[in-house]
Amino acid sequence: MTGDGLPRWVDLALIPLVNLLVALLLAGVVVLLVGENPWEALKALVWGAFGSWDQIGYTLFYTTSLVFTGLAVAVAFHCGLFNIGGEGQALIGGLGVALVCLTLGDLPWPLLLPLAILGAMLFGGFWAFVPGYLQAERGSHTVITTIMFNFLAAILLNYLLVEVLIEPGQQVPQTARFPDAGHLPYAHEVLRALGVRTGPSPLNVTFLVALLAAGLVWLFLWRSRWGYELRSTGANEQAARYGGISPGRSIMLAMALSGALAGLLAINEVMGSQHRLMLGFSAGFGFTGIAVALMGRNHPVGVILAALLFGALYQGGSELAFEIPTFTSDMVVVIQGLVILFCGALENIFRRPIVAFFRQRTRETPQEAAA
Amino acid sequence: MSTTASEAAPAGTSTGRAAAMAVELVGVDKSFGPVHANRQVDMAIEAGTIHGIVGENGAGKSTLMKILYGFYQADSGEIRVKGAPVRIRDPRDAIAAGIGMVHQHFMLVDTFTVLENLILGAEDQFWVRRSLDQARDELIAIERDYGLEVPPDALVAELPVGLQQRVEILKILFRGAETIILDEPTAVLTPQETDELFKILRRLKAEGKTVVLITHKLQEIMAVTDAVTVMRDGAVVGRVDTAKTSREQLAEMMVGRKVLLRVEKTPAKPGAPVLSVEGLTVTDEAHQPKVLDLSLEVRAGEILGIAGVSGNGQTELIEALVGLRGFTDGEVKLKGQSILSGYQSSDPRELRHLGLGHVPEDRLRMGVVVGFDASETAILGYHDDPAYNGRLLSDRAKVVAHCEELMQAFDVRPADPLLRTGSFSGGNQQKLVLAREIQRDPALLLVGQPTRGVDIGAIEFIHRRLIEMRDAGKAILLVSAELEEILALADRIVVMHEGRIVGEMPTAEADRRKIGLLMAGITEDAA
Repeated sequence: MTGDGLPRWVDLALIPLVNLLVALLLAGVVVLLVGENPWEALKALVWGAFGSWDQIGYTLFYTTSLVFTGLAVAVAFHCGLFNIGGEGQALIGGLGVALVCLTLGDLPWPLLLPLAILGAMLFGGFWAFVPGYLQAERGSHTVITTIMFNFLAAILLNYLLVEVLIEPGQQVPQTARFPDAGHLPYAHEVLRALGVRTGPSPLNVTFLVALLAAGLVWLFLWRSRWGYELRSTGANEQAARYGGISPGRSIMLAMALSGALAGLLAINEVMGSQHRLMLGFSAGFGFTGIAVALMGRNHPVGVILAALLFGALYQGGSELAFEIPTFTSDMVVVIQGLVILFCGALENIFRRPIVAFFRQRTRETPQEAAA
Repeated sequence: MSTTASEAAPAGTSTGRAAAMAVELVGVDKSFGPVHANRQVDMAIEAGTIHGIVGENGAGKSTLMKILYGFYQADSGEIRVKGAPVRIRDPRDAIAAGIGMVHQHFMLVDTFTVLENLILGAEDQFWVRRSLDQARDELIAIERDYGLEVPPDALVAELPVGLQQRVEILKILFRGAETIILDEPTAVLTPQETDELFKILRRLKAEGKTVVLITHKLQEIMAVTDAVTVMRDGAVVGRVDTAKTSREQLAEMMVGRKVLLRVEKTPAKPGAPVLSVEGLTVTDEAHQPKVLDLSLEVRAGEILGIAGVSGNGQTELIEALVGLRGFTDGEVKLKGQSILSGYQSSDPRELRHLGLGHVPEDRLRMGVVVGFDASETAILGYHDDPAYNGRLLSDRAKVVAHCEELMQAFDVRPADPLLRTGSFSGGNQQKLVLAREIQRDPALLLVGQPTRGVDIGAIEFIHRRLIEMRDAGKAILLVSAELEEILALADRIVVMHEGRIVGEMPTAEADRRKIGLLMAGITEDAA
């Protein structure tokens, strides 16, 4: 993607790193303004995210969720679509997971997991396919429809949990707990079995599913003819039509796949951690996925790295709020916002000086050689 | 057809080098990253002359003029206007220095009147009405002085292209420009409109203005300029007086080697009809007819050229024939077999399998995906061919090997299948597209603007390949806005005007004037 002749590592590593540092610097100013020591705050943040096995577990747990929603945004993006509906698709995906787990929950987890994945992908995929269909056939823009579908999903889930799926005899709008047999193994359980003693964290086997999903997304986009059709449509719709590719079909496929990926978030949260379907379990990760995809440049590897960063911010941030009482959780959101601002929206502000710097260097080198 | 020096205007160069210079560029240098667009360019443009700048695409003409007009800043070098150094940081500075520019794509607001467009950016009164009233008197004076008649209150959108161009020139004169730069001004004009434009340019010269004409059409240089600067690879390779040069010499300077300007070919031996179109009617998105009851036939072993000013239905015709656009009436047969008939939706993919190749007229819009690497662009339209696919995943090794083959056959440079398509020059992108379509050996090839934005060296190559294909007994339908190209390549010519065929003739009996009149919609009995 580099048209300005930069070395690849500058484009992929240096520029994001500079952006991140500036964001943290500015966050430090915010910390100063509330009268705290920025260095201590940074230490608390990093320690909170990576200080112990269970803290790393939490960080990776959030990372898992963000990989799914980040991939969802990335797949849609490669077809020229902006899927803002990850949140709603994840909620509906949760419905699919819950239905599978409630009806077939007695199966051992290795059998149940593929079925639950299927349920999450079908439900989440359907929730995104409809906006895709509306854009392909009716010209309704997905940006608008997917936002509206977020509300529809929340209301639908609310209704179902209050009126239909609620655990009989209970007041809280949530389903009954899934049977134990179908719970996914936690990382700390596995580690203990191997002799490593750690505190509990919700990190579970879904983490591996997320890595696998990233690999499959890469294969699909860059190594399959359907991925080719999808990318053609996104890069140049006229050229796609010229090549006999139906843009409408690509759009519907991309949206369905995007929604299916977003739906997988529910495997991590619902099946892997909470073991029941409850309101608002997606916790805004559907939206954070947009920032993750943006920062990860819509490439699966980038998405994994960006998800790790945001997962660490999320986990470290909550520890930070705990460590420094004057530092409320709202402050943590401010820091996250700054990171999104510099790594996402303002991604290119330092590009020009950096490009100029490297151009200068490449120009000087031959002269030095001559001298 | 224009021949070399016979048409050249008697150039007013007798005054010699001592004449006052309108604009001088001294040692102008400009790089974009690794691309060295202008190398130490020295250029002097005498006041009161028409000065041509020629060069292949990428030779640095446009960059140089954009520096002069303030869109870019030179890395080093100096610009002098009437002998005095000036700093031009943006177009405003350029206008203040008396330099104006007519862009290839007009910078007009379609929904404004001529007068409103004229004052755009120069409305010095608080009330627009007052600026307009003031401008009206000035406009009438300018129109009278230069013979540039345009109705001041007409909406720009309703004016023909030739008049829109006049509005652009008026705009520049209105701002008091002494030097007028025109970037490829004839690309959108009929031959008659071109002649009109040249008359205007001569009039401007007679009134003491300086005109800089950027073009790649050598016959225009010969017809209207006094002196020519030739550029190659970002540097000036020479400056000659038009009266003392020839098209052949200019072409050689541009390319750096001898070039064949005329395509050598034997008479066609047409065989059985390959494509027959009957009563085709195509409407656009607004249900306006773009192609009307059109019939034509292309035979094996011949090239049928469609001449016409852009926008007279050629695009819609080709898009309908390749299945990209539905049509309301008519029938299309390929080798006697009906492939398309009215209302029937069609799939470009299927038509390809039936032996129909298509080189789209707008390469960047349709022919390539700039973000894809070359090997991916090289399978566009054939990406589902089992040859490039395994059961689930595509076979990258085969795709890359296929691209290497195409690059070798069509001399695409650099021959790197993994390079981003957008990093190739226009000519090499076009060669890649032609390679993709021709190497499949289709029975019928539809070619739109095969050499648009392509260097002279590559044009020669592309023309030769098309003739070879014809000689191998294939049918070719050629659409080109370059009349010279149609005359050089086609065996038979039809002229399109407003969606209809208004004339047909063997190329041997065709001449520029006759076709030009037909292109303007003037049939012989009327003329």
